[in-house]
Amino acid sequence: MAAEIFSVLYQFADVFAFLILAAAGLAIIFGMMGVINMAHGEFIMCGAYVTTALVHQGMPLILAQAGGALAAGVAGIVLEITVVRSLYARPLDSLLATWAVSLIVTQGMLVLVGSSFAGGGTPEGSFQVGIYTFSTYRVILFLAALGVLAFIYVLFMKTRFGVHARATMQNASMARALGMRTNLVYALTFGLGAALAGLCGALYAPTMTLIPTMGATFIVESFVTVVVGGTNVLLGTAPAGLALAVVRTALIGWHGQIAGQIGMLLAVMVMIRILPNGFSGWLGKWARNM
Amino acid sequence: MRINGVLPGVISALALGMAMAMPAHAQEPIKVGLLEDVSGDLALMGMPKLHGAELAVEEINNSGGIMGRQIELIHLDPQGDNARYQEFARRLLSRDKVDVLIGGITSASREAVRPIIDRTDTLYIYTNQYEGGVCDASMISNGAVPEQQLSTLVPYMVEHFGKKVYVVAADYNFGHLTTEWTEKLLADAGGEVIGKEFIPLGVSQFAQTIQNIQKADPDWLMMLNVGAAQDSFFEQAMAADVHYPMASPIKVMLGFEHKRFAPPALSGLKAVANWYEELDTPEAEDFKKRWHAKYPDEPYINDMGYNAYVALYQYKMLVEKAQSTELEPIREVIATGEACVDSPEGEICIDPKSQHTSHRMRLVSVKDDHTVETLHDFGVIEPYWLGEIGCDLTKENPQTQYSPDNLPG
Repeated sequence: MAAEIFSVLYQFADVFAFLILAAAGLAIIFGMMGVINMAHGEFIMCGAYVTTALVHQGMPLILAQAGGALAAGVAGIVLEITVVRSLYARPLDSLLATWAVSLIVTQGMLVLVGSSFAGGGTPEGSFQVGIYTFSTYRVILFLAALGVLAFIYVLFMKTRFGVHARATMQNASMARALGMRTNLVYALTFGLGAALAGLCGALYAPTMTLIPTMGATFIVESFVTVVVGGTNVLLGTAPAGLALAVVRTALIGWHGQIAGQIGMLLAVMVMIRILPNGFSGWLGKWARNM
Repeated sequence: MRINGVLPGVISALALGMAMAMPAHAQEPIKVGLLEDVSGDLALMGMPKLHGAELAVEEINNSGGIMGRQIELIHLDPQGDNARYQEFARRLLSRDKVDVLIGGITSASREAVRPIIDRTDTLYIYTNQYEGGVCDASMISNGAVPEQQLSTLVPYMVEHFGKKVYVVAADYNFGHLTTEWTEKLLADAGGEVIGKEFIPLGVSQFAQTIQNIQKADPDWLMMLNVGAAQDSFFEQAMAADVHYPMASPIKVMLGFEHKRFAPPALSGLKAVANWYEELDTPEAEDFKKRWHAKYPDEPYINDMGYNAYVALYQYKMLVEKAQSTELEPIREVIATGEACVDSPEGEICIDPKSQHTSHRMRLVSVKDDHTVETLHDFGVIEPYWLGEIGCDLTKENPQTQYSPDNLPG
């Protein structure tokens, strides 16, 4: 019995971690900046490839993962300066431009690196509860997801950069008038979103097949979580991840992966019908009415 | 990609110009239409297929072509999209007027193209191993089918590992039909499927599946997962310390998972194949040498790539025996039962009743360090199942796909 209960919790934590890690970077770029970043999956791929390449060079996994996230962040800053910056007032154009980047990058990787990339293997071994054995690394993924949420909270609520970022997103010209370097804030925020996407890829790299289109396996989950969450990363992404993970875990446990997939998408349809502005819109309204 | 698309066009235009400058009695080339995914999720498997076809075309052209005619290869990349398969098939057939159409990876893409082919008089060669059962006079299948792969593999697994089986399969026609086959063959061998799970394509997270397997506690696993995302199962099962004996008709020889994953994720996996790169007969060694000379960066020559290569030689043999590129004379050659070629695996022949190909099948096992050893040689196995259930293309052409649960009549 204890094994069954632990198994359900473990499955829930696993799905939750996947949703949060996949969505965090996208949520920052969409929620804070209003840019629908179609190249999100490619930042994830970038993180995974750089991490694995560094591991092959003999670097310890955790440093390699930091390197992967950093590389994706730098790529994000470059993309912001070269492409996204001139498109802030044109959300549909930025969607198209980032999608083009996504296509160029996946095909470029196929041409340059080839159709596959040897993986590095999952660290940390396993542990046993009752009749089941579990991968320890997947528990670390869950803790990492909680860590990412805490990091976002501290960064945006407790630091000077967070204040500047929120001010810039609310009213850029006023922020500029008050002496903030808004261009820098935009570039860093976009870079942060890209780095979190890269971190997702870096964390999942040891557990997955590495191919140029690997980002696509994260895309549905990340967009769905962001849509259900709404524009506020802190009030939206975490509860959205929680709700979707409950639905998905229950349905996968009940009737397999197909039920989980269908059920999660149905749940999204119902939720955005009831909460058109996502969890954060609803929680924000509730807080204002208090 | 755009530059890539233009350059061959320029080159072939130049080549065409030169061809026109040649004496008037030089013959038109034979046009071969090729549909292979070299971008998108299936690029991994599609790239060797393109290379195999290109290598065969180069060899045949250098040794005088087919009946003195050169082969012109027209390749389009459907990118794993079935709608593009249909669009490109129509384009190759009606605009380029190809003499033969070759290719397709998934069974879904084959079934998307087949109705279009069936309305024409053009031959289609499907070069993948698949779930079997297509009884269609317009199609030649040169990949291995379940009576070659599964009716050898399943009894072996039951004998060596036990009767209780858990199936992990991709959720589309290949996965469902191969699961049917597994159930039928297990019943014949006294075993049973104690659990099965169909996974949507693109799913990469398997924690729940791994626990379902532990709960069911089978004797061995039948792995019918497809695509790079679903291959993540092996890594995740190993990380969770779940090690059941595994069998698969599609792993190792097709997606070279043993080259892509860190050992020992696939340790102990058993597969039956007509081709795998580790095959070391003299003919196979010679073939591998020619391939790697042309494509030094090829990570693995998979069975699809090998089949794509052999398909061109089968077509050459058929056209030369028929003295025609038309479908009916070619089918008369097949009907004689002597449509055979010497291939790197040995002599293989096209069966008149089903138009499928006989193959020399071998059982392979993945070792702890991911090297592959050949455990058993089953010899040449005919594609007998369609004939047994009443498909006879020399008599009638139902253009239908049968399965153990969907028999004719």
